[in-house]
Amino acid sequence: MLEDLLFQLELGLPQVVLGLVNGAFYALLSLGLAVIFGMLNVINFAHGAQFMMGAFVAWMMLNWLGIGYWPALVLAPLVVGAFGVVLEKTMISRLYKLDHLYGLLLTFGIALIIEGLFRNQFGSSGMPYSPPEILSGPPVDLGFMFLPKYRLWVVVAALVMSLVTWLVIEKTRLGAYLRAATENAALVQAFGVNVPRMVTLTYAAGVALAAFAGVLAAPIYSVNPQMGSSLIIVVFAVVVIGGMGSILGSVVTGFGLGLVEGLTKVFYPEASSTVIFVIMAIVLLARPAGLFGRA
Amino acid sequence: MAEPLLKVEGLEAWYGESHVLHGVGIEVRQGEVVTLLGRNGAGKTTTLRAIMGLVGKRQGSVRFEGQELIGARSDRIARAGIALCPEERGIFASLDVTENLLLPPVVRAGGMDLEAIYTLFPNLKERARSPGTKLSGGEQQMLAIARILRTGARLLMLDEPTEGLAPVIVQQIGRTIREIKARGFTVLLVEQNFRFAQTVADRHYVMEHGQVVDAVSNEELAGSMDRLHAYLGV
Repeated sequence: MLEDLLFQLELGLPQVVLGLVNGAFYALLSLGLAVIFGMLNVINFAHGAQFMMGAFVAWMMLNWLGIGYWPALVLAPLVVGAFGVVLEKTMISRLYKLDHLYGLLLTFGIALIIEGLFRNQFGSSGMPYSPPEILSGPPVDLGFMFLPKYRLWVVVAALVMSLVTWLVIEKTRLGAYLRAATENAALVQAFGVNVPRMVTLTYAAGVALAAFAGVLAAPIYSVNPQMGSSLIIVVFAVVVIGGMGSILGSVVTGFGLGLVEGLTKVFYPEASSTVIFVIMAIVLLARPAGLFGRA
Repeated sequence: MAEPLLKVEGLEAWYGESHVLHGVGIEVRQGEVVTLLGRNGAGKTTTLRAIMGLVGKRQGSVRFEGQELIGARSDRIARAGIALCPEERGIFASLDVTENLLLPPVVRAGGMDLEAIYTLFPNLKERARSPGTKLSGGEQQMLAIARILRTGARLLMLDEPTEGLAPVIVQQIGRTIREIKARGFTVLLVEQNFRFAQTVADRHYVMEHGQVVDAVSNEELAGSMDRLHAYLGV
């Protein structure tokens, strides 16, 4: 019996590794959502659209301006982050005094408008985006499977970016301002910190993380206007499971649930698209604040 | 005579719809320790919060070093050199003691350095890595005072620093206030406990119903006991 299971697992290991790649995107996207929610108390429903914008900006840079993958990996998040600054300044900042629901409705509306505009301009069929030369060669031999270099890179890049974000928030002075302002923004401002500007930049940083994930995703998924909305539903479940606003929680849960999805594909493929939601329901029943959330 | 460090005139403040301060006027001169005395709900805390720009709406005049601050946002008021140690202390749970201590940005030269602060509050050094809210009440109060000594703010506003603390800790806070006065800081103190206020302050204002109703110097205090007892209802 046990040997059977092990044999099945060995055959299925590639699925598990691919699950890790999906997990990398879950982690990056839920990380951005957690950063934004922690500071702004806004559930950023435009996150999927901003992820998609990251991929499109990289595509436009390549096809219209001849800017390649590596510069785009830095520039596209900056461009989309700047767009985030405008959104926060002109619209989202007006909602902080109102109920959470308004922020959710506003960002959901923004997401629909952005996706509509892109569909109108580019159509719904995906456009290809090739991985950079250095990551496109023959797959890497992991012993039990061959993994395309690019997918390996996605996992590494997501891990590094998560670690950097965690270090900035937990170990720097700026991070201390962020954590303190999450608890008591009025007092932090009364110490002389320009909190409204910090909030704007936090939103921009969360949006830039989504765009970074979007650029990473461009060579794997086809670049199309719906690429964000299909992913973001799962990511919201990841955020709920990990606990709203927890940085560590979103990274661990993101990768973890990618793995769980991969494992489910091995043992019971029929459930692979629902397993995350089943886990979400169980977590909500047992620990409503999420696995890493403070109640 | 030169203009006082802080001159508050006709200060009105609102929390939402409720009008809490009705024309408060106080002056604090450079190097003084001045207290606001009064019953619960007299408007003492609101006066500090209104000076700091932390109320919903305010009117009147708050001049600090000759500069009008009534229209300024709280971060600019802090940068002008006023610091608040709030009544609920405002120690951050997600920051350790050192992070709490280093949180308020330095707004001017002339604040105390870390070494001097640790000499004044040795406990804070021992507990450097503990989460801020794991400290005892007295230690949290010390931390809340210590962190605004670093910033170079000239005027320190302390809101009921002795509230709920054991007598020995209250004495230590008294020593701390005399020490920071000796270092040239100016202090505006809110107190309910006027026996304590008497041991640290130069002058006292008495507040009632959102207004200043009386002012006494510390020397006159002994002779004004009956009047003060009537105000404070001890």
